[in-house]
Amino acid sequence: MTETLHLPTARYTWGGDEFLFVEFDEAMNLTANYLATTVAQGLTGLELEGVVDVCPANASLLVRFDPDVLAPEELKRRAQELESQARTSTQHRAQTRIIEVPVWYQDPYTAEVVQRFREGYHQDPSGTDLDYAAHVNGLSDAAEFIRRHHGSPWLVSMVGFVAGLPFMYQLVPRERQLEVPKYLSPRTDTPPLTVGHGGCFACIYSVRGAGGYQMFGIAAAPIYDPAQELPDFRDFLILFRPGDLVKFRPVDEAEYRSIQEQVEAGTWRFKQAPVTFDVEAALADPDTYNRTLLEALDGAEN
Amino acid sequence: MALRIEQPGLLTTVQDQGRFGYYNVGIPQGGAMDQESAQAANKLVGNSAEEAVLECTYMGPSFTVDAPTTIAVAGADVPLLVNGQERPPWTRIELAEGDAVKFGVIRGGARFYLAIRGGIDVPQVLGSRSTYAIGRLGGLHGRKLEAGDVVPVGEPTGLLPSIEEIPASHRPASGGPLELRIVWGLYDHLLTDEGRRRLVEEEWKLTPVADRMGLRFEGPGVEWIEREQPFGAGSDPSNIVDAGYAVGSIQIPGGTQPIVLHRDAVSGGGYAMVGTVISADMDLLARATPGTVTRFRAVDLEEAHAARRERAQRLEELWAL
Repeated sequence: MTETLHLPTARYTWGGDEFLFVEFDEAMNLTANYLATTVAQGLTGLELEGVVDVCPANASLLVRFDPDVLAPEELKRRAQELESQARTSTQHRAQTRIIEVPVWYQDPYTAEVVQRFREGYHQDPSGTDLDYAAHVNGLSDAAEFIRRHHGSPWLVSMVGFVAGLPFMYQLVPRERQLEVPKYLSPRTDTPPLTVGHGGCFACIYSVRGAGGYQMFGIAAAPIYDPAQELPDFRDFLILFRPGDLVKFRPVDEAEYRSIQEQVEAGTWRFKQAPVTFDVEAALADPDTYNRTLLEALDGAEN
Repeated sequence: MALRIEQPGLLTTVQDQGRFGYYNVGIPQGGAMDQESAQAANKLVGNSAEEAVLECTYMGPSFTVDAPTTIAVAGADVPLLVNGQERPPWTRIELAEGDAVKFGVIRGGARFYLAIRGGIDVPQVLGSRSTYAIGRLGGLHGRKLEAGDVVPVGEPTGLLPSIEEIPASHRPASGGPLELRIVWGLYDHLLTDEGRRRLVEEEWKLTPVADRMGLRFEGPGVEWIEREQPFGAGSDPSNIVDAGYAVGSIQIPGGTQPIVLHRDAVSGGGYAMVGTVISADMDLLARATPGTVTRFRAVDLEEAHAARRERAQRLEELWAL
């Protein structure tokens, strides 16, 4: 493994007069993400007056605050305390859940948009995004890339960009991470629920709009429900939280249509199960650990 | 009480002072881009600062009112016509049932604000009435206004102020060259010294690619330090591992055109931010038109806080009028 639980001290910097930014590592890794999520939870728990938004990201943390209420140096001191607690804690575990996300890979909706944005947008205008992704990862074909894409679970390492969009990091050793450059120039259109990939991150576009990630398929059910009509969204209009685990499950057109019907009828629910995510175990023996995570889904209902 | 929209204008949306606390799930603060002008309009009609107004971009809407009411327009310089007769902006205007309001061609600035006594009465969503269009959230049906819309207006809660006009001393100026104060930080260490120098010493010009999400500038470009990119960041030296974006922060994809993120910007992404426009200058930026010659001036946090206090005091004086 190329990852360890030990990272150099975080870098603290300011985004103008209203934002504190903490970078735990320049590179993506599970430990930096764990620190970002843990310090964010700690800060939220303190309920400091003057803290407006606490936004954990992949390997960093952004805090919006009102400097008229909370002195910048005081906020920084609190964050540093939480950082040092998170580093010296002996257990790096989080209570979370694993969610199964059905995906129609190589669907016609993303294929149409892929075709519209080739010349001037894409590294290889002659092929599809999947062909290109397979090629740059040294895999035999698109089918092999798709197998690798849904073969191991992903960690929701950040939620953002637009409402409810999850960034996901695959729980495999670094040498097996799928890495794909973003489009040369961002598209002006992306179908809602597109499963995308940029750098080492997968994402699901929650709404229609601009995007620069390569497009591989389409998720069958909404992950953002502003009208809160589906049961999974009764408490909140956004499905994913940082720390959630995701297992993609490939579906064919018939099953995609059947899920769409359940969505229309207001009966669709994501299959999910509670799990404890243990960073040490995930780093020590990822393949075995992933199997135990996936077993949690076996008995789950949707 | 409601406004019946005949023509919606170019981009007319319901906005208040913003939606906070949901940035961690990608929902931007939104709200009026030029908050000071929105507040001035609210002041004149006896609303609170937080009431929702219509933000009109370049081309205003035309509408009729279905009951007697009171309106005010503030912000960009635009002819305001009531039943075809021009009426002054920055003043309180009484309308009778059936009166028709429309706007002429904008003469300067980018956005103006229409406040109506009682406020735009769309439901609050996550604590705000602001429109988040790509998320189909807030505002009127989560989108910009369209012809045929009926925009509900609330019951007045406050008394009308004694002043009927915002004095010239309290009207923000628009037009002319722009100076935006920035605080270095976030990822400015990824720029070369020459890149940093160019950002704050050379002239930049606002391009037409400027909306509620961000405003793009053209100019001499900047230079990034050549380095091995960290794992997961992407191949361009302007790329980082996707992170949260500070509102007002400046990113320079590929090193060519700086983009300043505004109140509807995406909440995060993979472009390095190299500094942040201070909160006191965000309204100034909202008023700028394409072609505006712009300088970014670096200040320290102390100066940013002093500017913040000055702005707060200016707003206090406005509400004390």
